[in-house]
Amino acid sequence: MSETIVVLISLMIIGALVAIETPRLLYSIISVGAVGFLLSIVFLFLSAPDLAITQMAVEVITLVLLLQCTGGLASEQVSDQGSLFSRAATGTILLVLALFGASMLADFPEFGRPVIDRFADTPSGIYLREGLQQTGAANIVTAVLLDFRAYDTLGEATVLFCAVMGALSVLRRQGRRQSEGSDQEGEEVT
Amino acid sequence: MNVPRPSEGMSLIVRTVCGWVKGFILLYGIYIILYGHLTPGGGFSGGVIAAAAFVLILLAEGARSAEATFSRQAAASGDCLGVLAFLALALLGLLLAGTFFANFWTTDPAARFTLLSSGMIPFCNMGIGLKVCCSLYLVAVVLSGIRQLRFPQDTKGEPR
Repeated sequence: MSETIVVLISLMIIGALVAIETPRLLYSIISVGAVGFLLSIVFLFLSAPDLAITQMAVEVITLVLLLQCTGGLASEQVSDQGSLFSRAATGTILLVLALFGASMLADFPEFGRPVIDRFADTPSGIYLREGLQQTGAANIVTAVLLDFRAYDTLGEATVLFCAVMGALSVLRRQGRRQSEGSDQEGEEVT
Repeated sequence: MNVPRPSEGMSLIVRTVCGWVKGFILLYGIYIILYGHLTPGGGFSGGVIAAAAFVLILLAEGARSAEATFSRQAAASGDCLGVLAFLALALLGLLLAGTFFANFWTTDPAARFTLLSSGMIPFCNMGIGLKVCCSLYLVAVVLSGIRQLRFPQDTKGEPR
Protein backbone atom coordinates (compact mmCIF):
# COMPACT_ATOMS: atom_id res chain seq x y z
CA MET A 1 0.00 0.00 0.00
CA SER A 2 2.53 2.52 1.16
CA GLU A 3 5.11 1.12 -1.28
CA THR A 4 2.67 1.59 -4.16
CA ILE A 5 2.27 5.24 -3.25
CA VAL A 6 6.04 5.67 -3.00
CA VAL A 7 6.46 4.18 -6.49
CA LEU A 8 3.70 6.40 -7.92
CA ILE A 9 5.15 9.53 -6.34
CA SER A 10 8.63 8.65 -7.62
CA LEU A 11 7.14 8.36 -11.12
CA MET A 12 5.49 11.76 -10.61
CA ILE A 13 8.83 13.32 -9.65
CA ILE A 14 10.46 11.77 -12.73
CA GLY A 15 7.66 13.16 -14.88
CA ALA A 16 8.12 16.62 -13.42
CA LEU A 17 11.88 16.51 -14.08
CA VAL A 18 11.25 15.39 -17.67
CA ALA A 19 8.80 18.28 -18.09
CA ILE A 20 11.52 20.74 -17.08
CA GLU A 21 14.38 19.25 -19.05
CA THR A 22 12.75 18.28 -22.35
CA PRO A 23 13.47 20.52 -25.38
CA ARG A 24 9.97 20.61 -26.89
CA LEU A 25 7.01 22.30 -25.23
CA LEU A 26 4.74 19.48 -26.44
CA TYR A 27 6.76 16.90 -24.50
CA SER A 28 6.63 19.09 -21.38
CA ILE A 29 2.85 19.33 -21.59
CA ILE A 30 2.51 15.56 -22.00
CA SER A 31 4.80 14.94 -19.00
CA VAL A 32 2.79 17.36 -16.88
CA GLY A 33 -0.34 15.48 -17.93
CA ALA A 34 1.28 12.19 -16.88
CA VAL A 35 2.06 13.72 -13.47
CA GLY A 36 -1.60 14.71 -13.10
CA PHE A 37 -2.91 11.26 -14.04
CA LEU A 38 -0.48 9.59 -11.63
CA LEU A 39 -1.74 11.97 -8.93
CA SER A 40 -5.31 10.83 -9.58
CA ILE A 41 -4.20 7.19 -9.17
CA VAL A 42 -2.53 8.17 -5.88
CA PHE A 43 -5.85 9.68 -4.76
CA LEU A 44 -7.56 6.38 -5.60
CA PHE A 45 -5.08 4.43 -3.47
CA LEU A 46 -5.64 6.89 -0.61
CA SER A 47 -9.39 6.09 -0.88
CA ALA A 48 -10.44 9.52 -2.15
CA PRO A 49 -12.50 8.71 -5.27
CA ASP A 50 -14.09 12.18 -5.31
CA LEU A 51 -10.70 13.80 -5.69
CA ALA A 52 -9.62 11.17 -8.22
CA ILE A 53 -12.61 11.90 -10.48
CA THR A 54 -12.11 15.65 -10.21
CA GLN A 55 -8.37 15.41 -10.81
CA MET A 56 -8.85 13.17 -13.86
CA ALA A 57 -11.49 15.41 -15.47
CA VAL A 58 -9.62 18.64 -14.74
CA GLU A 59 -6.41 17.08 -16.04
CA VAL A 60 -8.04 16.17 -19.36
CA ILE A 61 -9.46 19.68 -19.84
CA THR A 62 -6.18 21.33 -18.81
CA LEU A 63 -4.18 19.13 -21.17
CA VAL A 64 -6.49 19.99 -24.06
CA LEU A 65 -6.37 23.72 -23.32
CA LEU A 66 -2.58 23.75 -22.95
CA LEU A 67 -2.14 21.83 -26.20
CA GLN A 68 -4.56 24.17 -27.94
CA CYS A 69 -2.78 27.32 -26.79
CA THR A 70 0.82 26.23 -27.20
CA GLY A 71 0.59 23.59 -29.93
CA GLY A 72 3.69 23.29 -32.07
CA LEU A 73 5.74 25.88 -30.24
CA ALA A 74 9.33 25.05 -29.41
CA SER A 75 10.21 26.02 -25.87
CA GLU A 76 12.79 28.77 -25.70
CA GLN A 77 16.22 27.61 -24.63
CA VAL A 78 17.28 29.61 -21.61
CA SER A 79 20.85 29.34 -20.48
CA ASP A 80 20.76 29.59 -16.72
CA GLN A 81 24.39 30.49 -16.20
CA GLY A 82 23.64 33.03 -13.51
CA SER A 83 26.29 34.86 -11.58
CA LEU A 84 28.25 33.06 -8.89
CA PHE A 85 26.47 35.07 -6.19
CA SER A 86 22.96 34.14 -7.38
CA ARG A 87 23.87 30.46 -7.61
CA ALA A 88 25.40 30.53 -4.12
CA ALA A 89 22.31 32.29 -2.75
CA THR A 90 20.01 29.70 -4.35
CA GLY A 91 22.09 26.86 -2.93
CA THR A 92 22.10 28.39 0.54
CA ILE A 93 18.33 28.89 0.55
CA LEU A 94 17.75 25.30 -0.63
CA LEU A 95 20.12 23.98 2.04
CA VAL A 96 18.38 25.94 4.81
CA LEU A 97 14.96 24.73 3.61
CA ALA A 98 16.18 21.13 3.50
CA LEU A 99 17.58 21.42 7.04
CA PHE A 100 14.29 22.81 8.36
CA GLY A 101 12.35 20.09 6.51
CA ALA A 102 14.57 17.35 7.91
CA SER A 103 14.15 18.65 11.44
CA MET A 104 10.36 18.77 10.96
CA LEU A 105 10.19 15.17 9.69
CA ALA A 106 10.80 13.83 13.20
CA ASP A 107 7.68 15.58 14.50
CA PHE A 108 5.34 14.38 11.75
CA PRO A 109 2.36 12.29 12.82
CA GLU A 110 2.16 8.72 11.56
CA PHE A 111 1.05 8.38 7.93
CA GLY A 112 -2.73 8.25 7.63
CA ARG A 113 -3.35 9.35 11.25
CA PRO A 114 -3.86 13.11 11.23
CA VAL A 115 -2.73 15.09 14.25
CA ILE A 116 -6.31 16.30 14.74
CA ASP A 117 -7.28 12.75 15.83
CA ARG A 118 -5.37 13.24 19.08
CA PHE A 119 -8.09 15.50 20.45
CA ALA A 120 -11.57 14.37 21.41
CA ASP A 121 -14.11 16.75 19.87
CA THR A 122 -12.59 18.11 16.72
CA PRO A 123 -14.85 19.40 13.93
CA SER A 124 -13.65 16.72 11.50
CA GLY A 125 -14.52 13.96 13.94
CA ILE A 126 -17.98 15.43 14.48
CA TYR A 127 -18.52 15.71 10.71
CA LEU A 128 -17.59 12.06 10.22
CA ARG A 129 -19.71 10.81 13.10
CA GLU A 130 -22.84 12.89 12.58
CA GLY A 131 -22.67 13.87 8.92
CA LEU A 132 -25.22 11.33 7.72
CA GLN A 133 -27.69 12.06 10.54
CA GLN A 134 -27.45 15.83 10.20
CA THR A 135 -27.47 16.24 6.42
CA GLY A 136 -28.85 12.98 5.02
CA ALA A 137 -26.15 12.92 2.34
CA ALA A 138 -24.53 9.49 1.97
CA ASN A 139 -21.39 10.99 0.43
CA ILE A 140 -19.65 12.66 3.36
CA VAL A 141 -17.44 14.74 1.06
CA THR A 142 -20.47 16.40 -0.50
CA ALA A 143 -22.02 16.83 2.94
CA VAL A 144 -18.93 18.72 4.11
CA LEU A 145 -18.57 20.74 0.90
CA LEU A 146 -22.19 21.85 0.59
CA ASP A 147 -23.45 21.86 4.15
CA PHE A 148 -20.81 22.19 6.86
CA ARG A 149 -18.35 24.14 4.73
CA ALA A 150 -20.63 25.71 2.14
CA TYR A 151 -18.91 29.08 2.58
CA ASP A 152 -15.73 27.57 1.13
CA THR A 153 -17.66 26.29 -1.87
CA LEU A 154 -19.21 29.71 -2.38
CA GLY A 155 -15.74 31.23 -2.32
CA GLU A 156 -14.51 28.67 -4.83
CA ALA A 157 -17.45 29.37 -7.13
CA THR A 158 -16.74 33.10 -6.82
CA VAL A 159 -13.08 32.62 -7.70
CA LEU A 160 -14.00 30.55 -10.78
CA PHE A 161 -16.62 33.12 -11.80
CA CYS A 162 -14.17 36.02 -11.51
CA ALA A 163 -11.48 34.09 -13.40
CA VAL A 164 -13.85 33.39 -16.30
CA MET A 165 -15.11 36.98 -16.37
CA GLY A 166 -11.52 38.22 -16.38
CA ALA A 167 -10.52 35.85 -19.19
CA LEU A 168 -13.56 36.84 -21.24
CA SER A 169 -12.95 40.57 -20.85
CA VAL A 170 -9.19 40.40 -21.49
CA LEU A 171 -9.46 38.11 -24.52
CA ARG A 172 -12.58 39.58 -26.14
CA ARG A 173 -12.33 40.59 -29.76
CA GLN A 174 -14.81 43.43 -29.97
CA GLY A 175 -12.96 45.98 -27.85
CA ARG A 176 -9.62 45.21 -29.44
CA ARG A 177 -10.97 45.81 -32.88
CA GLN A 178 -12.74 49.04 -32.00
CA SER A 179 -9.71 50.50 -30.24
CA GLU A 180 -7.56 49.87 -33.28
CA GLY A 181 -10.10 51.48 -35.53
CA SER A 182 -10.09 48.69 -38.12
CA ASP A 183 -13.13 46.60 -38.83
CA GLN A 184 -11.53 43.87 -40.93
CA GLU A 185 -12.25 40.33 -39.84
CA GLY A 186 -9.30 38.51 -38.30
CA GLU A 187 -7.02 41.56 -38.29
CA GLU A 188 -6.20 41.50 -34.59
CA VAL A 189 -2.52 41.91 -33.84
CA THR A 190 -1.01 40.39 -30.75
CA MET B 1 -27.16 10.78 -40.52
CA ASN B 2 -25.72 13.85 -42.18
CA VAL B 3 -22.14 13.63 -43.29
CA PRO B 4 -20.08 16.45 -41.72
CA ARG B 5 -18.35 18.84 -44.07
CA PRO B 6 -14.63 18.12 -44.31
CA SER B 7 -13.66 21.79 -44.34
CA GLU B 8 -13.72 22.32 -40.58
CA GLY B 9 -12.50 20.49 -37.51
CA MET B 10 -10.68 17.18 -37.59
CA SER B 11 -10.95 14.16 -39.89
CA LEU B 12 -14.16 12.30 -40.69
CA ILE B 13 -13.21 9.39 -38.42
CA VAL B 14 -12.67 11.62 -35.41
CA ARG B 15 -15.89 13.48 -36.04
CA THR B 16 -17.94 10.30 -36.42
CA VAL B 17 -16.59 8.87 -33.15
CA CYS B 18 -17.18 12.25 -31.50
CA GLY B 19 -20.80 12.09 -32.64
CA TRP B 20 -21.17 8.71 -30.97
CA VAL B 21 -19.53 9.48 -27.62
CA LYS B 22 -20.43 13.12 -26.94
CA GLY B 23 -23.91 12.28 -25.68
CA PHE B 24 -22.60 9.61 -23.34
CA ILE B 25 -19.96 11.95 -21.89
CA LEU B 26 -22.61 14.59 -21.25
CA LEU B 27 -24.90 11.95 -19.71
CA TYR B 28 -22.10 10.75 -17.42
CA GLY B 29 -21.42 14.33 -16.30
CA ILE B 30 -25.11 14.85 -15.52
CA TYR B 31 -25.17 11.55 -13.61
CA ILE B 32 -22.16 12.59 -11.53
CA ILE B 33 -23.87 15.91 -10.72
CA LEU B 34 -27.25 14.39 -9.83
CA TYR B 35 -25.84 11.56 -7.69
CA GLY B 36 -23.14 13.73 -6.10
CA HIS B 37 -24.61 13.37 -2.62
CA LEU B 38 -24.82 9.56 -2.86
CA THR B 39 -21.76 8.38 -4.80
CA PRO B 40 -18.32 9.91 -5.31
CA GLY B 41 -18.46 13.04 -7.41
CA GLY B 42 -20.42 16.24 -7.13
CA GLY B 43 -21.11 19.52 -8.83
CA PHE B 44 -17.54 20.42 -9.66
CA SER B 45 -16.33 17.12 -11.10
CA GLY B 46 -19.60 16.46 -12.93
CA GLY B 47 -19.53 19.96 -14.38
CA VAL B 48 -15.99 19.44 -15.63
CA ILE B 49 -17.00 16.16 -17.32
CA ALA B 50 -20.05 17.79 -18.93
CA ALA B 51 -17.81 20.63 -20.15
CA ALA B 52 -15.49 18.00 -21.65
CA ALA B 53 -18.36 16.87 -23.92
CA PHE B 54 -18.71 20.40 -25.35
CA VAL B 55 -14.95 20.88 -25.57
CA LEU B 56 -14.85 17.63 -27.58
CA ILE B 57 -17.38 19.12 -30.00
CA LEU B 58 -15.29 22.29 -30.17
CA LEU B 59 -12.11 20.36 -31.00
CA ALA B 60 -13.51 17.72 -33.33
CA GLU B 61 -16.15 19.64 -35.25
CA GLY B 62 -14.75 23.14 -35.17
CA ALA B 63 -15.78 26.42 -33.59
CA ARG B 64 -18.81 26.95 -35.82
CA SER B 65 -20.45 23.65 -34.90
CA ALA B 66 -19.70 24.25 -31.22
CA GLU B 67 -21.26 27.70 -31.46
CA ALA B 68 -24.35 26.13 -33.03
CA THR B 69 -24.54 23.46 -30.32
CA PHE B 70 -23.90 25.64 -27.30
CA SER B 71 -23.54 29.31 -28.08
CA ARG B 72 -21.21 31.61 -26.20
CA GLN B 73 -24.16 33.71 -25.09
CA ALA B 74 -25.99 30.68 -23.68
CA ALA B 75 -22.82 29.59 -21.85
CA ALA B 76 -22.40 33.03 -20.29
CA SER B 77 -26.04 33.00 -19.20
CA GLY B 78 -25.68 29.50 -17.74
CA ASP B 79 -22.55 30.59 -15.89
CA CYS B 80 -24.36 33.47 -14.20
CA LEU B 81 -27.50 31.37 -13.62
CA GLY B 82 -25.55 28.67 -11.79
CA VAL B 83 -23.89 31.11 -9.39
CA LEU B 84 -27.16 32.94 -8.80
CA ALA B 85 -29.00 29.67 -8.08
CA PHE B 86 -26.34 28.68 -5.54
CA LEU B 87 -26.51 32.13 -3.90
CA ALA B 88 -30.33 32.05 -3.92
CA LEU B 89 -30.30 28.72 -2.05
CA ALA B 90 -27.90 30.21 0.48
CA LEU B 91 -30.16 33.26 0.94
CA LEU B 92 -33.25 31.02 1.23
CA GLY B 93 -31.46 29.33 4.12
CA LEU B 94 -30.97 32.76 5.70
CA LEU B 95 -34.65 33.64 5.21
CA LEU B 96 -36.26 30.35 6.23
CA ALA B 97 -33.89 28.97 8.85
CA GLY B 98 -32.07 32.06 10.05
CA THR B 99 -28.56 31.09 8.97
CA PHE B 100 -26.75 31.73 5.70
CA PHE B 101 -26.42 28.34 3.94
CA ALA B 102 -28.69 26.60 6.45
CA ASN B 103 -30.02 23.30 5.11
CA PHE B 104 -33.59 24.52 5.49
CA TRP B 105 -35.40 21.60 3.90
CA THR B 106 -35.07 18.61 6.22
CA THR B 107 -36.03 15.38 4.53
CA ASP B 108 -37.39 12.21 6.04
CA PRO B 109 -34.62 10.02 7.53
CA ALA B 110 -36.39 6.99 6.02
CA ALA B 111 -35.67 8.37 2.54
CA ARG B 112 -31.92 8.17 3.10
CA PHE B 113 -29.78 6.95 0.17
CA THR B 114 -32.41 8.03 -2.36
CA LEU B 115 -32.12 10.80 -4.92
CA LEU B 116 -34.12 13.39 -2.96
CA SER B 117 -32.63 12.69 0.41
CA SER B 118 -30.47 15.48 1.70
CA GLY B 119 -32.38 18.73 1.60
CA MET B 120 -30.88 21.39 -0.61
CA ILE B 121 -27.56 19.62 -1.26
CA PRO B 122 -28.60 18.09 -4.65
CA PHE B 123 -29.87 21.48 -5.81
CA CYS B 124 -26.63 23.19 -4.78
CA ASN B 125 -24.82 20.49 -6.76
CA MET B 126 -26.94 21.25 -9.82
CA GLY B 127 -26.20 24.99 -9.58
CA ILE B 128 -22.46 24.42 -9.19
CA GLY B 129 -22.45 21.82 -11.98
CA LEU B 130 -24.17 24.21 -14.41
CA LYS B 131 -21.77 26.99 -13.45
CA VAL B 132 -18.59 24.92 -13.77
CA CYS B 133 -19.71 23.32 -17.07
CA CYS B 134 -20.52 26.69 -18.67
CA SER B 135 -17.45 28.50 -17.40
CA LEU B 136 -14.94 25.83 -18.45
CA TYR B 137 -16.56 25.63 -21.89
CA LEU B 138 -16.35 29.43 -22.15
CA VAL B 139 -12.65 29.36 -21.25
CA ALA B 140 -12.04 26.71 -23.94
CA VAL B 141 -13.90 28.76 -26.56
CA VAL B 142 -12.02 31.94 -25.66
CA LEU B 143 -8.66 30.20 -25.70
CA SER B 144 -9.37 28.61 -29.07
CA GLY B 145 -9.83 32.20 -30.24
CA ILE B 146 -6.30 32.93 -28.97
CA ARG B 147 -4.90 30.26 -31.24
CA GLN B 148 -6.31 32.14 -34.21
CA LEU B 149 -4.58 35.27 -32.93
CA ARG B 150 -1.24 33.56 -32.55
CA PHE B 151 -1.37 31.35 -35.62
CA PRO B 152 -3.27 33.35 -38.22
CA GLN B 153 -2.11 30.99 -40.97
CA ASP B 154 -4.27 28.27 -39.42
CA THR B 155 -7.40 30.14 -40.31
CA LYS B 156 -6.71 32.43 -43.20
CA GLY B 157 -4.23 34.47 -45.14
CA GLU B 158 -0.51 34.90 -44.83
CA PRO B 159 1.56 34.13 -41.76
CA ARG B 160 2.86 37.02 -39.74
